[in-house]
Amino acid sequence: MSSGVAVDLENVWIKFGDFVAVREANVSINGGDFFSFLGPSGCGKTTILRAVSGFLDPSEGRVLIGGNDMAGIGPNKRPTALIFQNLALFPLMKVWENIAFSMEVTGASAGERRKRADELLDMIALEGQGDKLPSELSGGQKQRVAIARALCANPDVLLLDEPLSALDLKLRQHMRTELREIQQRVGITFIYITHDQGEALTMSDNVAVMKAGVIDQIDSGHNIYDHPSTPFVASFVGENNVFRGKVSAVNGNEAVISTNRSGDLLARITPTQVGKMNVGDDAMMFIRPEALELGEAKPSAKTTISANVINEEFEGNSFSVFLEGDGGKSIKMSVPNLGQDNISARGENLSLHYDASNAVIMPAGDLASE
Amino acid sequence: MKNNMIFAQFFKNNGLMMGSLLIGLVGFWVIVLVILPQLSMLDYSFRYNLPPAELGGPKDVYTLHNYKHLLYGAEGSSGTYNTVDLMVFVRTIIAAMLVTIANILMCYPLAYYLGQSKGSGFVRLLVVLLIIPYWINEILRAFALRIIFGDSGLINEVLMLTHLTTEPIDFIRQDIALYAGLGYAYILLMLFPMYNVIESLDRNQIEAARDMGASWARIHRRIVIPHAKPGIASGATMVFMLSAGALAAPQVLGGPSSLWFTQLVYQWFNDSLNWQQGAAYAMVLLLSTILIVLTLMRVFKVNMGDIGK
Repeated sequence: MSSGVAVDLENVWIKFGDFVAVREANVSINGGDFFSFLGPSGCGKTTILRAVSGFLDPSEGRVLIGGNDMAGIGPNKRPTALIFQNLALFPLMKVWENIAFSMEVTGASAGERRKRADELLDMIALEGQGDKLPSELSGGQKQRVAIARALCANPDVLLLDEPLSALDLKLRQHMRTELREIQQRVGITFIYITHDQGEALTMSDNVAVMKAGVIDQIDSGHNIYDHPSTPFVASFVGENNVFRGKVSAVNGNEAVISTNRSGDLLARITPTQVGKMNVGDDAMMFIRPEALELGEAKPSAKTTISANVINEEFEGNSFSVFLEGDGGKSIKMSVPNLGQDNISARGENLSLHYDASNAVIMPAGDLASE
Repeated sequence: MKNNMIFAQFFKNNGLMMGSLLIGLVGFWVIVLVILPQLSMLDYSFRYNLPPAELGGPKDVYTLHNYKHLLYGAEGSSGTYNTVDLMVFVRTIIAAMLVTIANILMCYPLAYYLGQSKGSGFVRLLVVLLIIPYWINEILRAFALRIIFGDSGLINEVLMLTHLTTEPIDFIRQDIALYAGLGYAYILLMLFPMYNVIESLDRNQIEAARDMGASWARIHRRIVIPHAKPGIASGATMVFMLSAGALAAPQVLGGPSSLWFTQLVYQWFNDSLNWQQGAAYAMVLLLSTILIVLTLMRVFKVNMGDIGK
């Protein structure tokens, strides 16, 4: 259990009657990776997980685990372990019986099962709690028991279906770190399903962003955030100001977009679209709130936006300033809290500028609905 | 102190009018309709069967005579024990247990299917189809079964047409019709409690067990049946109690040579007009079935509270 087992989806389609839940998914997950599927609810990410775990078969295409085609192999025969969203601990079994259930299946003696369960309880820092019932544990403890139960079978691939969604914020953040640590310790492939971009970005080696059954982008969390390849990814992952317009000039990997309300703006073309964008194309430009700065750039730089302050919110680590540009264009800016009392006054007219390398431009497309 | 608080809270939640009404109705039901009649039966069972003139007279005293009759027979009879009545009693209890077990075995797969298929239209139709026959009176259903199981009934006709048998089988005399009738009479009382608990089982638990490599047999043994246990217990209690206490099915479907214990009770009350003796027999049946149910609940580790769920 060191190098990890790769999982591949080859041209996978999953249909329920006329409804296409997953469309032409091609994913290569490296052995030992922490891989996340990120998307809004109903985007098909759980369906993919069920296809990997064997609870449903793809309508077309292949699922390979460690290079072996999984067609016709049921969930009880696959080298995967699934952690359910509601954990699905067995409420009538003691904690140690829960953890060692997969060994019960293979006919291990009660002594062996108890020993292994106690080892795993040590690993998840719940030593001595094996004789409790799951209902006697806290949310975070149940979470860890579910992980231990899944790991007990020594799976090659651990599948996690939004297991943190029921926890409160502090615990969720703590469990993120813990999950990542466990994954690095056991060295097996983790496939993680979430609609929470924070979870996906903090834990994953690679993230696949999904929308309505289609995988829009597969990349590292950093690249997903900095180099979104579609308007959906740009608007779903993190916050973004979107400017619509037509391309008015292209120069290498930069382009000028002639926006409807905010004039001409310069931005970097997203890597996958370099060389593919032409003058006159419908385009969208995205600038993160934290990429906007106060003050004017050189007049020729085409990276200045002027806007009136509508409201300001103090977020603790930053200030969010909500502005209205020309024609009612709403813009959000985020300024780190460095001890200022405030950033702006209501109604004040501000000049904002940005570095063209921090703004991306791409062909127009669907945004993530708010 | 604590009880006072519960009552105060009860009236607070329901209002004085509604609260009094609820307590009044439940009290009426439990005390007037259940406890008092049973107490009077208990009282009867310890008295002699006297002509009205002697009631309250010197002979009207408490006695164990009626209970002795069940054990040892009429005073001055030849045998040591009242083997005839005792055999009927034992046979009734054992047959009621077998009927209960058969009902559990038949209902479990059905309840599992219905409970786990998440209320599709087809399932709702199945449930309605199961209920409709119960709109018909119990005695009529028993007679219908008697006709079906009769010498020229549907089953014998089919068996003879297919040459599986040359002569009609006497289902009535062999008590097959009786067991079928008893098994059918209360099967819904087994099915619905089971269906309800199985429906409440989180499907993910089954999938989790499956994901961990468990076979279907193990999933049922370790996950579904433990979860369904309160429902099974509740259904089994009702079916056992009601089968042991059934009268219509044994009267209509029972063979001429085999009596059900309730028929003995009925005969004491109705034919011999000896209510005292009948009450003693009925008390023995009631207390024995309660004792058996409580013992089995302890054996299978079911709490009374679980059954109420």
